[in-house]
Amino acid sequence: MAGNNSKKMSLNKKQNLIGWFFLAPGVIFIACLSFYPAIKALITSFKTGVGVNMTWTGLSNYIRIFEDKIFIQSIRNCFFYLIIQVPIMLILALILASILNNPRLKFRGIYRTAIFLPCATSLVAYAIIFRTLFANDGYVNLVLVKLGILDSAYNFLTHPFSAKIVIIIALIWRWTGYNMVFYLAGLQNIEYSIYEAAKIDGASPFQIFRKITVPLLKPIILMTAIMSTNGTLQLFDESVNLTKGGPANASVTMSHYIFKKAFEGVTNFGYTSAMSFVIFIMVAILAIIQMKAGDKRD
Amino acid sequence: MTKKSTKTITYIFITIAALISVFPLIWMIIAATNRSVDVIAGKLTFGTKLLENFQNLLQAQPVGRFFWNSCKYSVITTVLALAVCSLAGYAFEIFHDKAKDILFTIILTAMMIPFVALMVPLFQMFSKAKLLNSTVGFILPSISTPFLIMMFRQSARSFPKEIIEAARIDGLNELQIFTRMFIPTMKSTYAAATTITFMNAWNNYLWPKVIMSDNNAQTMPMMISNITSGYVTDYGMLMLAVFITTIPTAIVFFALQKSFAEGITGAVK
Repeated sequence: MAGNNSKKMSLNKKQNLIGWFFLAPGVIFIACLSFYPAIKALITSFKTGVGVNMTWTGLSNYIRIFEDKIFIQSIRNCFFYLIIQVPIMLILALILASILNNPRLKFRGIYRTAIFLPCATSLVAYAIIFRTLFANDGYVNLVLVKLGILDSAYNFLTHPFSAKIVIIIALIWRWTGYNMVFYLAGLQNIEYSIYEAAKIDGASPFQIFRKITVPLLKPIILMTAIMSTNGTLQLFDESVNLTKGGPANASVTMSHYIFKKAFEGVTNFGYTSAMSFVIFIMVAILAIIQMKAGDKRD
Repeated sequence: MTKKSTKTITYIFITIAALISVFPLIWMIIAATNRSVDVIAGKLTFGTKLLENFQNLLQAQPVGRFFWNSCKYSVITTVLALAVCSLAGYAFEIFHDKAKDILFTIILTAMMIPFVALMVPLFQMFSKAKLLNSTVGFILPSISTPFLIMMFRQSARSFPKEIIEAARIDGLNELQIFTRMFIPTMKSTYAAATTITFMNAWNNYLWPKVIMSDNNAQTMPMMISNITSGYVTDYGMLMLAVFITTIPTAIVFFALQKSFAEGITGAVK
């Protein structure tokens, strides 16, 4: 008996060791290429200087952030995108998913593919498509003028407010289908007969949506909300390629501004590192708030 | 509201959503076959200038090289990322104990680190290691991601433990169990992971912008971004370039669409 037990123990130990070998490559990569550079950036954020000649400076980089009008503008822009775009997109994705979940919907596959199609485009590619569509001589202006809504072409990309709205429209277009797929996947785990029963009991589509679909999908809604928040606070490609951050930084995102500060003109890596940690803190705080809010409604 | 009117509204709503989703892409393809003036004039029918636009594009940019670069970077990244992350995700679930569970939670926090925070230190590390403008430089930061590890860990949860026990009795070693039992059963998870990883690698714009200063090493997204920086834009040629950039991700997307949905379903259970 005792011999058998110790044999089992050593077998467990062996498997445990094999487990460590299996996960080692993945963990080492993340340690060396995420955690190590992140700690390096944190240390750099307390230093100042040009290039490699850097000296300790305490919190001065973080204090400078509050005086940097463009960075504050970029924070405002990101939150503007976040507050307007993410809720619209997630609600739209939920509605579309619950419509497409109905097995009796005609042409379901075609609708689903069509709505998911924008996800197949590259980020830079769709940013350029929207830039062209909303240009002064673009198709959107052409249609609006033809319909008599506008007297003459309106340059969406050179006005501060409309430039931001174009970014929001583009983001909704690109990511709604993506989130919808997560919801559709989640709905697969719910028996469709629950809906049938609710319908027979006289529940309206809106009631079914609020009382069945949303509560059952809560964990997935939470996951998509966190992913979208994270993505929106790190927006880069759209700001660079759709509006070029303009007009006059009116639509610039935090990542875009940090990139410009880090690689264009005189670079101060201490200051750019401090700014990037501000994004990290925001992402972390928002993720915690969302998880807390998600728990409460249980 | 009657039942019939609800149904009508539903169809109208979803048809509009589908049309809005598809229109910019169809417009892009149509524009790629027309002259720039016709695109500006709002021509919505296919033209005959596709070849001409293609010749102009070839003259303006080394499309072939950029396309090859993008393919090379994306394929190698995808293969390595799937191997490394699936092995790690499998191990985190199958051989899990307290220490590994804690490590997994730590790994997940890496998801919150914004890439701009890593960009400068990575640039410095890679320039010291002479990895700027290289394939290795492009792929290294994307090989292991917490998201993929989490996805494979989640799907390993549904992998029957009895299969592992039986395979052990049959004398298969742990690596053989992984390659011969786990990989074939988890095809849809691998398909979903392939779609996500390939698209992320192909779309990656910030990182190559940081390390690929040499024109020979640049990618398709960088190329189409550069075309628009000129003063006069040839819309026909531009949209053809955008279209070419979209083809590989569209192919991957359509080829794996069905398994993608299944794989995601398995991961969110």
